[in-house]
Amino acid sequence: MTTVPLHSLAHARTGDKGNRSSISLVAHAPTHWELLVEQVTEERVAALFATRRPTKVTRYLLPRLHAMNFVLDDVLDGGLNSSLNLDTHGKSLSSLLLTLAIEHTQETR
Amino acid sequence: MLRIGCGAGFSGDRWDAAVPVVRTLARLGGPAVLMFETLAERTLALAQLQRRRDPQSGWEPSLERFLGPVLAECVAANIPIVGNFGAANPLGAAACIQQLARDLGLPTLHIAVIEGDDLLAGLEPARLHQLLPALAGRELVSANAYLGAQEIAGALRAGAQVVVTGRVADPSLALGPMLAHFGWATDDWDRLAAGTMAGHLLECGAQVTGGYFADPGVKDVPDLAHVGFPIVEMHSDGRFVITKAADTGGCVDRRTVTEQLLYELHDPAAYLTPDVVADITQAELRNAGLDRIEVLGIRGHPRPPTLKATLCYEGGWLGEGEISYAGPTATARARLAGEIVRERLRSLGLSHLRVRCDLIGVSSVFVDDEGRWTEMQELSDASDVRLRVAAASAQRSDAEQLTREVLALYTCGPAGGGGVRTSITARMASDSCFVPRDWLSPRWKFAE
Repeated sequence: MTTVPLHSLAHARTGDKGNRSSISLVAHAPTHWELLVEQVTEERVAALFATRRPTKVTRYLLPRLHAMNFVLDDVLDGGLNSSLNLDTHGKSLSSLLLTLAIEHTQETR
Repeated sequence: MLRIGCGAGFSGDRWDAAVPVVRTLARLGGPAVLMFETLAERTLALAQLQRRRDPQSGWEPSLERFLGPVLAECVAANIPIVGNFGAANPLGAAACIQQLARDLGLPTLHIAVIEGDDLLAGLEPARLHQLLPALAGRELVSANAYLGAQEIAGALRAGAQVVVTGRVADPSLALGPMLAHFGWATDDWDRLAAGTMAGHLLECGAQVTGGYFADPGVKDVPDLAHVGFPIVEMHSDGRFVITKAADTGGCVDRRTVTEQLLYELHDPAAYLTPDVVADITQAELRNAGLDRIEVLGIRGHPRPPTLKATLCYEGGWLGEGEISYAGPTATARARLAGEIVRERLRSLGLSHLRVRCDLIGVSSVFVDDEGRWTEMQELSDASDVRLRVAAASAQRSDAEQLTREVLALYTCGPAGGGGVRTSITARMASDSCFVPRDWLSPRWKFAE
């Protein structure tokens, strides 16, 4: 069993609407899909983003695309028009998601 | 088959991106349309402010730069142009395009405008406050509903060579031409959903063709400096292929298309637009050749009973100042500088200001405004750090005070600070709500 960052198994893209961030996550290889479903859970993503105090984290699965969509409510300091962040859209948050640690065996490589 | 190319995915997009798209569409022949999406929420509010100052303005400021390089070839190749570059003044934009055509030596164009999205023009403010009680007491700058594809289709059927819109749902810019070309029924939900998702893939320009995607060594994109903008090939049954302009950089593959298909979506089973509720949970992508992906399996459900509207109002001021520290103890000196600015603002009686400090190069964009991430992390001792201080204020003078305090760090702050830059920006605040359809009367007409 080895631990790798999610970045080595999947890619991601952030979008925003108001104070809500949506982050897609796509497996690099279909063989990693099950591993992602198992380990990239709503609970773990909520914990990773805990400092931003999401009021709700929802995961939508898209098995045919080997993808999932995370929707994080109220994580953008009010959003584009009131956040003081340089990245008011939260575009960089997909890169935060990709820091999540994933445990996997050699076979899934 | 109908081809739709995208010439811009936002107001700040490359002015010359549409050139290879139009060249490709003209060379391939057959029915084709060029769309431009240049109207973000904030863009429309700024356009509305501009129009208040000068009634002969209020449309996309770069309109001539976007259309100038392609208008003559579009007219020659019979490629209609559809764009939301009308912003707060579609009629003004139409006149500007007509003048551009004259300057290019083209005959008078049939230019249509879509109207009816502006809620301030048609409704009493009291009715809007009823929808959004939080607005009470604030001065609205703009209030626009997202219109759908039907009026765009009507204008194209009547022979419009250019269709200028204000606020319409972005995917409707592509769905409108499909409705006009294929004659899909207004309740043919599966096809409307396929057309909507095709428009969704097009609306951000290069984001589906390799832009916003590259990650060196992990997701490499060829020749991103010349990334080609997307083209959809739509069939009458709703099957479509997404590809890109010929002889350009970038790439279209399952990965780029999957990322953009999900972009800014919430529930993939219910993507709400004025035209249809689209469902991509059964969608599939198939390779259809180099830089060609076929999209299948999109389903649709009846359109929502209400329309989304965005309301913008004055949002005060944002003051920002930055200064760099490098070499040994750079992080500690940058931190101290931030603390000095905070303390100065407090002692000047500005403790009510919302202030944020970033240590760029150590921790910035992952951190929320309360700085909770910074508190939790061991700060690395970086050797090249830029302090950024930002504050929101109702008064411009308070934002100015913040920039003065950052500037004064040159002589009153820690050792070796350099490269101060400051800025003050007027902010816009916005909210969304849903408006009953019968409050609006969307319509199209030929300009002049």
